[in-house]
Amino acid sequence: MLARRIIPCLDVRNGEVVKGVQFRNHEVIGAIEPLAARYAAAGADELVFYDITASSDARVVDKSWVERIARLIDIPFTVAGGISSIDQAREILAMGADKISINSPALRDPSLIDRLVDEFGQQCIVIGIDSFYNAENGRYEVFQFTGDESRTQRTRWQTGDWLLEVIARGAGEIVLNCMNQDGVRRGYDIDQLSHMRDICPVPLIASGGAGTMEHFAQVFSQANVDGALAASVFHKGVINIGELKHYLAQQHIAMRPIATTTE
Amino acid sequence: MSVNNSVVIIDTACANLNSVRFALERLGVTPLVTAEAEQIQAADKVILPGVGTAQAAMRNLQQLQLVEVIRNLQQPVLGICLGMQLLTAWSAEGNVDCLNVIPARTERLLGNGLPLPHMGWNTLKNVGDGAFDSFNDGDYAYFVHSYAVATDAYTIASSHYGQTFAAMIRHHNFYGAQFHPERSGAVGARILKRFLELTDADTRA
Repeated sequence: MLARRIIPCLDVRNGEVVKGVQFRNHEVIGAIEPLAARYAAAGADELVFYDITASSDARVVDKSWVERIARLIDIPFTVAGGISSIDQAREILAMGADKISINSPALRDPSLIDRLVDEFGQQCIVIGIDSFYNAENGRYEVFQFTGDESRTQRTRWQTGDWLLEVIARGAGEIVLNCMNQDGVRRGYDIDQLSHMRDICPVPLIASGGAGTMEHFAQVFSQANVDGALAASVFHKGVINIGELKHYLAQQHIAMRPIATTTE
Repeated sequence: MSVNNSVVIIDTACANLNSVRFALERLGVTPLVTAEAEQIQAADKVILPGVGTAQAAMRNLQQLQLVEVIRNLQQPVLGICLGMQLLTAWSAEGNVDCLNVIPARTERLLGNGLPLPHMGWNTLKNVGDGAFDSFNDGDYAYFVHSYAVATDAYTIASSHYGQTFAAMIRHHNFYGAQFHPERSGAVGARILKRFLELTDADTRA
């Protein structure tokens, strides 16, 4: 049976792992490689490295750490942030990343998705969507440039429409980041994720809001997502991945057990 | 690992060569990445990786004049993911003739209402004589694919996602893994190690 995935996300800025609250006030968590190795050993099913400076700074960022990660870990990983061309995507994939995740550049030029899928195949093209629930009009709205608060802006897209658009263009997986919940650890946005799950025929990863082990159980059992992404609860040791997977398995959620022996 | 166990990764001009190379290096083997026929023929073990589409990958192999070279290899060959599908006779992905060293066909996964691509960690099950003997039933491996080979006489491992499909296939010296052993943690490392340890006697069995 296909296991549900537990995915620590490491936000990378200037070669270090950082974490902000609702995308603001980033604090340094530590160096990339030891954290990546630690999470892989602890039972993470996959890692996402999100270079949060890249999209909003519109400059070429040093990505040599991608190859160092690829040498080090034996689980899949995705690189997000600052990939806005075929050549940049090729470079990241050639360094050993399994998937690339595109967010703001796809909003600027949706045809980028088609070209990436044509070139590299659907299986390695992930689309990240930053979605904000607007309580005033009751709509889910897509935002871009969320790595930099001063440039974060609402787009013309409602989330459901953008989701269908990127899937029609060949996206292989969706990471839906529910901005209202991000970093505040009050639980995933079950309503929104359930709604998007119903219209999403490709793997869907929940992001934003994990605070307790129960939140993970809820998002898998109620929103039926394929994976749950989280950052601060793992970085700060609030949740231990091994204990989390054990707990979820007890809740009858399919989990890949953690290797208990060293080969 | 024997020092004269030379391993070639065929450079199919695809993007994910490094992850396979690094996985072998973690096992203490330094592979040669090449598209040169002589170097491929001289290797003790050959790995055919692949991402992208069957059509594009077969076109690359034809342009590199490697189709007959690979078909005639006698040493153990391991196709990974799309590389496994290329070992079959035909793929529905682009309706393309493949290398036809394992008489099987690659079809689109049905999904049966489940999200596609089939992406993530799924369980392996030994099938047949267990010739590969490197994992236990229920061990998890990492898959990413939308096309698959149905289980048949050449299946040595299966998995299930909406339907049962071949996780590993084998015919003579040609082996295929639908999952990515290079990204499948300790289980994948064990499977790669077992491939590297194959002898001529194994592949004649």
